[in-house]
Amino acid sequence: MTLDISRDHALELLRDMIRIRRFEEKSAELYSKQKIRGFLHLYIGEEAVGVGAMHALREDDNIVATYREHGQALVRGIPAGEIMAEMYGKANGCSGGRGGSMHLFSAKRRFYGGHAIVGGGLPIAVGLALADKMKGEPRVTACFFGDGATDEGEFHESLNLAALWKLPVLFLCENNEYAMGTALHRHVSDRDIANNPPAYGVPADSVNGMDVIAVERAVHNEAELVRETSKPRFLELKTYRFRAHSMYDAELYRSKEEVEERKKQDPIDVFQARVLNDGMVTQTDIDAIEADAAKEIAAAVDFAEQGEWEPVEDITRHTYARDLS
Amino acid sequence: MTTYRDAIRTALQTLLREDPRVFFMGEDVGRYGGPYAVSKGLLEEFGEDRVRDTPLCESTFVGAGIGAAIGGMRPIVEVMTVNFSLLALDQVVNNAAVMRHMSGGQFEVPLVVRMATGGGKQIAAQHSHSLENWYAHVPGIKVLAPATVQDAHDMLIAALEDPDPVVIFEHQMLYGVDGPLDTDATPPSPWKAAIRRPGTDVTVIAYGGSVPKALTAAEELEKEGVSAEVIDLRSLRPLDRDAIIGSVSRTHRAVLIDEAWKTGSLASEISAILAEDAFYELDAPIARVCTLEVPIPYAKHLEEAAIPQVDRIVEAAKRTVSGG
Ligand SMILES: Cc1ncc(C[n+]2csc(CCOP(=O)(O)OP(=O)(O)O)c2C)c(N)n1
Ligand SMILES: [Mg+2]
Repeated sequence: MTLDISRDHALELLRDMIRIRRFEEKSAELYSKQKIRGFLHLYIGEEAVGVGAMHALREDDNIVATYREHGQALVRGIPAGEIMAEMYGKANGCSGGRGGSMHLFSAKRRFYGGHAIVGGGLPIAVGLALADKMKGEPRVTACFFGDGATDEGEFHESLNLAALWKLPVLFLCENNEYAMGTALHRHVSDRDIANNPPAYGVPADSVNGMDVIAVERAVHNEAELVRETSKPRFLELKTYRFRAHSMYDAELYRSKEEVEERKKQDPIDVFQARVLNDGMVTQTDIDAIEADAAKEIAAAVDFAEQGEWEPVEDITRHTYARDLS
Repeated sequence: MTTYRDAIRTALQTLLREDPRVFFMGEDVGRYGGPYAVSKGLLEEFGEDRVRDTPLCESTFVGAGIGAAIGGMRPIVEVMTVNFSLLALDQVVNNAAVMRHMSGGQFEVPLVVRMATGGGKQIAAQHSHSLENWYAHVPGIKVLAPATVQDAHDMLIAALEDPDPVVIFEHQMLYGVDGPLDTDATPPSPWKAAIRRPGTDVTVIAYGGSVPKALTAAEELEKEGVSAEVIDLRSLRPLDRDAIIGSVSRTHRAVLIDEAWKTGSLASEISAILAEDAFYELDAPIARVCTLEVPIPYAKHLEEAAIPQVDRIVEAAKRTVSGG
């Protein structure tokens, strides 16, 4: 099947997936060198979800994400250097070194975080959409969360409230088949996650999250329907993570064979092969993308290395609008 | 004279009238008129968009308040009572309190959360908690406990003007209390304690629903020749350390009233402040009058015995003054 997208767009999608992949490979390396500490959750294997979705949304839409948000943040335009610096804990990081990998924020880009309480970002997304609705702003709030989050009460409460109040939220469930080490069938009663939202009056659909074009189309359609109707919708993105849950995870709960099997659907390999086959993109293009990504990441690491540490005297900054003491 | 509940309603009305970004939401705040009749008539005046009855989902409607505040609105969220606020604790502690800091100052949460607190109505263990200290423990939020009709009005207005998330505790026994309300006066800072009654022999420190009890106790103490100064904390975070230390430095004795359980209470925190910063001012051991370490019982005599009452305050003050 030939692709009905432009060469430029194909290159864009491929470029962003490769940027994320290389950025995260570098992050893992820097983690083992102890430059990056704390929790680090890699998106490797799930890039098509973040890239497809972020390309489908408008610049003016709101984004609420999880702790596995490097991909979304990069595609949204938070500079790689600021993300890297944040993971280093430096003052020039996108959250001033106070958030780390799990808490990337950018007011300028309507990127409302990196949330690390599973399910905790959903009510925030509902509230952002409520604010827009009350102000008459035609914006969509896109809220990413994992399959594990659908176990939480806040997921069900948020679907209900968004449907009841007709709020423009696009619920994007990144179903990677695991909540940490607990497989989908061991944590939800109905493995078909998209069965749930219609019970609250929220239309739901699923898409192959390993196919960047399919994701982009589906998210685009859903987002535009949310915008038109000013009502919430739900999209399940079926994906798989190739790496451990976090750098602490020994992956005792799944076999290497299972992971290897799934790697055959690597979203980057699949898309790259497709566009090469189509003759839309050449190996020279891909080499250029790789070279650019390497340059961008080297510069990002440099930016992080060169960043300053926030002076300890400023520790209480940003606790309140004005210091209370 | 105005009641405490009417004073809150007046403040809500003023806020809703003056700023189109303000809206009010919670369980039964609209059609029902508010579980404590605080918001009676507001739905009729401001409509469904600005006075919102929420489903029973404390976590999500408080979280939606946080999101709306970040998104440029000025939500006032009513959580029926502190007991149910435990279902929203995640949103308050993990989101409202940390958003500014965790985002490096990029996102603020100008949210007001109001809730009823305390016991005294024989509604037993699941409806009588005093957990102000749980919230006052958390940096990033501010906590107010209006004890007077004037403060019930003024503090709500001040809380909404504040760029940080503010939690307001309204003691359920206060809603029907009458008091003067002047809506034109310039209110004192809500973050400072107030001397509700000056005295020289002992400082009695209270907040919220315990303030009227402390004042009654002071009157009784006066009859027995003991001059008690009553401090109303008003703000539970930040605590007005200067006022606490200042008063105790004058009277040299401290009795702390707290309807929370003694263990880990705000009274404990104030004891520690005094021990750290006013140790040499003290002429007698600090006394705490708190709730007994039991779930609040239903039976009237047991409930009364569990939570601080005037006689226990009088007794503690006398013991402190007599050195016995
Ligand atoms: C409320 C809450 N409970 C537990 C955790 C610990 N935890 C972190 S991630 C995670 C699994 C979440 O899985 P899922 O939502 O599928 O997201 P994924 O990591 O797969 O992207 C758990 C249990 C948490 N952060 N928050
Ligand atoms: Mg998962």
